[in-house]
Amino acid sequence: MAAPVAIHLEFGGGAELLFNGVKEHHVTLPSQSEPWDVKQLLVWIQRNLLKERPELFVQGDSVRPGILVLINDADWELMGELDYRLQDQDNIVFISTLHGG
Amino acid sequence: RYLSLLAGFPMCQVDEDYHDELERAGAPSVSKQCVKCKEATAAVVIRVGDTFCRGCFKEYFIHKFRAMLGKNRIIFPGEKVLLAVSGGPSSCSMLSQVQEGLSQNAHKKLRFSPGIVFIDEGGAVGQSAEERRRTAAELEAVFKATGFPFHIVPLEKVLDLPSKVLMAAPSPSEQPAGAYKTAVGHFLQSSSSSSSCVTQQEEKESSLPDVQESSTPLLQRLMASVETLTAREDLLSTLRQHLLVHTARSEGYSKLMLGDSCTRLAVKLLSSISLGRGAQLAQDTGFSDSRFGDVTLVRPMRDYSAKEIAFYNRLFSVPSVSIPSLDTKAPEKASIQRLTESFVIKLQADFPSTVSTIYRSVPNLPELNRTFYNPRPCCSVCAYTSFNGVFWVRTCDEQAAVRYRAPETADVRTLLCYSCQLTIKDMVSQSPCTAAGSALLFPKSTQEEKRKHVLVQVCCPLFRELVEK
Ligand SMILES: [Zn+2]
Ligand SMILES: [Zn+2]
Repeated sequence: MAAPVAIHLEFGGGAELLFNGVKEHHVTLPSQSEPWDVKQLLVWIQRNLLKERPELFVQGDSVRPGILVLINDADWELMGELDYRLQDQDNIVFISTLHGG
Repeated sequence: RYLSLLAGFPMCQVDEDYHDELERAGAPSVSKQCVKCKEATAAVVIRVGDTFCRGCFKEYFIHKFRAMLGKNRIIFPGEKVLLAVSGGPSSCSMLSQVQEGLSQNAHKKLRFSPGIVFIDEGGAVGQSAEERRRTAAELEAVFKATGFPFHIVPLEKVLDLPSKVLMAAPSPSEQPAGAYKTAVGHFLQSSSSSSSCVTQQEEKESSLPDVQESSTPLLQRLMASVETLTAREDLLSTLRQHLLVHTARSEGYSKLMLGDSCTRLAVKLLSSISLGRGAQLAQDTGFSDSRFGDVTLVRPMRDYSAKEIAFYNRLFSVPSVSIPSLDTKAPEKASIQRLTESFVIKLQADFPSTVSTIYRSVPNLPELNRTFYNPRPCCSVCAYTSFNGVFWVRTCDEQAAVRYRAPETADVRTLLCYSCQLTIKDMVSQSPCTAAGSALLFPKSTQEEKRKHVLVQVCCPLFRELVEK
């Protein structure tokens, strides 16, 4: 069993509008058999945080193209993207670059 | 349909080395080291294989801005330059780059004199007065921190513009400078009795938008008379542009800086084609745009992708303000503009050089030689200049260039380009604006409203044409 993970989530560039306008969320992901990765985080966000129009945030397994992801202030492309294993106290930021966000 | 549009695009002129970049992004073998200093850990991936650390990214970003202005040599020392800031990431980033440039030491310093304009579009996108005040206050704080003069102008002001201001004024060399100033002078005089006139606002160095109550419903009716989101977005961007140019003129700025990023321009470019604005591509998306004659539009952010801008703003705490727009939370297929955006962004995800390839093809498109427009007839809505009175239009359906000539005797104000005709046709299809229809549209109009209605007619010849029929 992997221990619960406490992380800090941030939404910006208009992506926060899909979360009732709330930009910052401190959340604790529950203990589960597998370690948490970003792919599972996206599923968790959809089930627990996303207020409306999931298709404007996720597409397939990943984030919608045009939404940038930063893990601890670094491009997620450098961190393994969906496969990145979340650590306690990680800071994950989603920034929409889409006009209508 | 979009694929066929792309296929017709002058990608064939693209250099050989683009072909490698155009290949599908494979499993990225991203280096974790900065490619520039080869020391620090990378923080940003700009293109495949280009990974920068925080410090080198900052240097690269700042250098690109200065290089863009330096290369084009279009802004002169001491010139008054008006920065159009919408509150979005790209224009706020532009503002921070100008601040950065002015704070540099002597030999790198930018030497123009900047001002800021924000157009408050709350009335057109359905924000309440309270929300508009809050947004304006948030932006005012950002603007005040720069120390630059700034102007916060409600979009409703566009309804008050004298028709002469909406026309493309010939550039100063072609025309006695007095004519335009006289028009503006008349405008300022005639509106100085109104409590919310532009001059008074600016004396107070902007202040919050203070809109005459009757203007907002009028603007809303104008927007509502357009049926599709596509046409409404097109109309809004036209109105915004008029007001930006007008503010620049009346405040004595000769350059207007817009914050369009290359991602934005690629979307604009492709949607322009779909909207029938293909012929004005070079003007709409190039580095500089001189269609308004005495005010030149400049786009210094056109070499930055939306991603670079978002990263810079995040890593270096550039403030921006999210403001709802017409299409906020709209589904992907709500309008041609939205559809194009998601098309470009999706393509970009698989083919990372999509955006740069699209927008780099702009300089390859022919810009009509300006010396031929004398006099320069232009579309009275978007001020797109025609070629010897002929608007060349390539339609998507017929695959043929359609030659559209306005009647010889036509008043310039009745001239419309093909695309504006489409927008206006969309308005017609929804609201029967015959003389009777116009009465329906403005049922209990007061004298003041009627006056504005007349101005709307001038501003949107559609109304005029309809009323005449
Ligand atoms: Zn470096
Ligand atoms: Zn037009």
